[in-house]
Amino acid sequence: MSEQAPTLTSAAAARGPLAMEAVSISKDFKIGHGQTVRAVRDVSFRLYRGAVVALVGESGSGKSTAARLLAGQERLTSGQIKLNGTPVAVRRRSDFRRYKSQVQYVFQDPFASLNPVHTVRYHLERPVKLHGGKGADVDAEVTALMEQVRLTPAKQFLAKYPHELSGGQRQRVSFARALAARPSVLLADEPVSMLDVSIRLEMLSLLDDLRQRFSLAMLYITHDIASARYFADEVLVMYAGEIVERGPAEEITQQPAHPYTQLLVASAPDPDNLGNSVLRGGRKGSARTGSAQPGNGPRPGAGAVAHSQPSVSTAGCPFQPRCPFADDLCQREDPGLLPITATRGAACWHLDVAAPELASGLPGGGRTTTT
Amino acid sequence: MSAHPDQAPLPVDTSSPAPGQDPVLQIRDLSVVYRTPGGDVRAVDRVNLDLAPGEVIGLAGESGSGKSTLVYGACRLLRAPALITSGSVRYSGRRVTKPVDVLRLSRDELQHLRWREIAIVFQSAMNALNPVLNVRDQLLDVIHAHLRMPRDQARERAASLLDLVGIPRARLRSYPHELSGGMRQRVMIAMALATEPEVVIMDEPTTALDVVVQRDILAQIVELKEQLGFSILFITHDLSLLLELADRIAVMYAGQLLEIATAEEIHHEASHPYTKGLLNSFPSLRGPRRELAGIPGSPPDLRSPPPGCPFLPRCRYGTAACEQVDMQLMPVATSKDPEHVTACPFVLPGTPVPPDAKPQPEAAAEPEAAAEPEATGEPEATAEPEATGEPGA
Repeated sequence: MSEQAPTLTSAAAARGPLAMEAVSISKDFKIGHGQTVRAVRDVSFRLYRGAVVALVGESGSGKSTAARLLAGQERLTSGQIKLNGTPVAVRRRSDFRRYKSQVQYVFQDPFASLNPVHTVRYHLERPVKLHGGKGADVDAEVTALMEQVRLTPAKQFLAKYPHELSGGQRQRVSFARALAARPSVLLADEPVSMLDVSIRLEMLSLLDDLRQRFSLAMLYITHDIASARYFADEVLVMYAGEIVERGPAEEITQQPAHPYTQLLVASAPDPDNLGNSVLRGGRKGSARTGSAQPGNGPRPGAGAVAHSQPSVSTAGCPFQPRCPFADDLCQREDPGLLPITATRGAACWHLDVAAPELASGLPGGGRTTTT
Repeated sequence: MSAHPDQAPLPVDTSSPAPGQDPVLQIRDLSVVYRTPGGDVRAVDRVNLDLAPGEVIGLAGESGSGKSTLVYGACRLLRAPALITSGSVRYSGRRVTKPVDVLRLSRDELQHLRWREIAIVFQSAMNALNPVLNVRDQLLDVIHAHLRMPRDQARERAASLLDLVGIPRARLRSYPHELSGGMRQRVMIAMALATEPEVVIMDEPTTALDVVVQRDILAQIVELKEQLGFSILFITHDLSLLLELADRIAVMYAGQLLEIATAEEIHHEASHPYTKGLLNSFPSLRGPRRELAGIPGSPPDLRSPPPGCPFLPRCRYGTAACEQVDMQLMPVATSKDPEHVTACPFVLPGTPVPPDAKPQPEAAAEPEAAAEPEATGEPEATAEPEATGEPGA
């Protein structure tokens, strides 16, 4: 299905050496009655040192599951994860600890991810002791970590409990905790979406700074495609467990190829484009909601399937029930990622209709003929 | 989209919020404090706000700015240790014979006002719905509590409410956990509209949803508003959303309103430095990539609010004069919107502009003006030792 995927070069590759690779990873969850949900299907991507790859998708698209697979929190159903070129095989506790010292995870909710009965110092000392080895100067390291995430004066903050900190400060602590292990890979699962808009940028620029300073390979999970534009090198768009489009962040956000990416981009609030807004249009009574969306962004009606359901069925394109361009072929067969350029691919049979200006350069004008 | 089958749209002109029309909700001089052992937290400080019939007002601000406290206070939904220390909230709907002051109503009168006249869509639909009742029973609960209606008529009403928000009637027997986040939020909206209220308060109704669902729900809200003609007070911290949705936007900070203007004015001619900061806080998806600044620092401790402008410690135009500012909303003379008011006197013409701090009416459009080096990588205002007293917002 996705044999083409490895032939695509990651837009993040130029930044640094390969750190981590997911090779056709899949995860099925058994939900009883003999049914399985295919949360992640045959997903491949690479993380490079000093580069940010964004995984974008709606709730339930499988983006967090993919990250949890990389973090070793879930077992793969199939596929392989490679760290620095070696396949990861975690069999013992000590293996896992060694793995965790390379791969760290930042959780979405800083209100839930810190232990309320422990001080900041405890949260940071533990990983330093666990991963720092003997003879580490714990105090100095903890202080250095606090300075790296700009929680100064460190002494004052180390004595505090999570409830005494603001949301942004808490998330800084969880960044510091992740860095304490001196990882090469940082998996950030919606690290700013619980924070106030006014401090989100600060946190993203802090993450960016840490990425540079420690040359971290970063996976940035988000549903906010606009932040991916600013923060990421490569964007992977996930839908119902599959990567439906991937490519350089600027290209994907400015000229989305896959109908789902187009929908995502069209749905983002866009104050600069008030004249064309569905909401404004609706208010002035000039346009109704639904299919009145300008441009080629498809708009599923309110009554349509409102969520990507990682389904049991495997045939066909996962976006097909919501897609305005869907036909028989889409119902029968999943296209898999089809390359558009060397760094860009989209899983759509009808790129010639969905994104004509992109598809024109392709052999056959993007029209994929099948037998 | 569903047209409501058996409910004629109320005969009201909702084409635009006509200026000069009597406001349906008039908040005057409202102050709310939280009594705590460490002293009073001044959560809402002398706020004035008008909501015209059919109007959408967006109330923007960060967590702890008092936006929820303001509207809950106006509906008398707060309980101790919150205390309303001053003000009046005049409600004059079509169904009430003469304007009433919500803050002076008796318990029974309040019971009649709530939901029937002013309804609320709460933030987290997951927690606001009762997990052990199905959708129909929750809708019936509202209908029976606030409307006199025979049983089968009430059932039909419950079903038609689901039609109204685009949920299949088969879902009447579903329990909240069987619905997706978007559907739960639609049920919340249906419940709020069950009694045809004139004012609907929406407290971050889409914050927990992803963008595609969010857009569908907002489009639905706008359509329902057209159809039924209620006014909306929309609370959110996402200013970019309000720019698209709201007629007027009120920006709140540290318990005070800092600026009120139409959405267009806020977008293009924002005058208060805080509003400008908010506008420069979200990455834009389209157009050229511009340097983003955010707002370094954190809000003041409201137990002992600083004198003058509460935004001063985070303001890059701030001067000593700001410590003496009387926080009054004053018209912005240069504005096209006669009702554009701001609390920052230094952006008004005729007043001395602090050195090297020219007001930038088009900060959003000029990347080089917005890209002040100090803004991006600055430590979080050497993070105050005291935890910021966040009044439960």
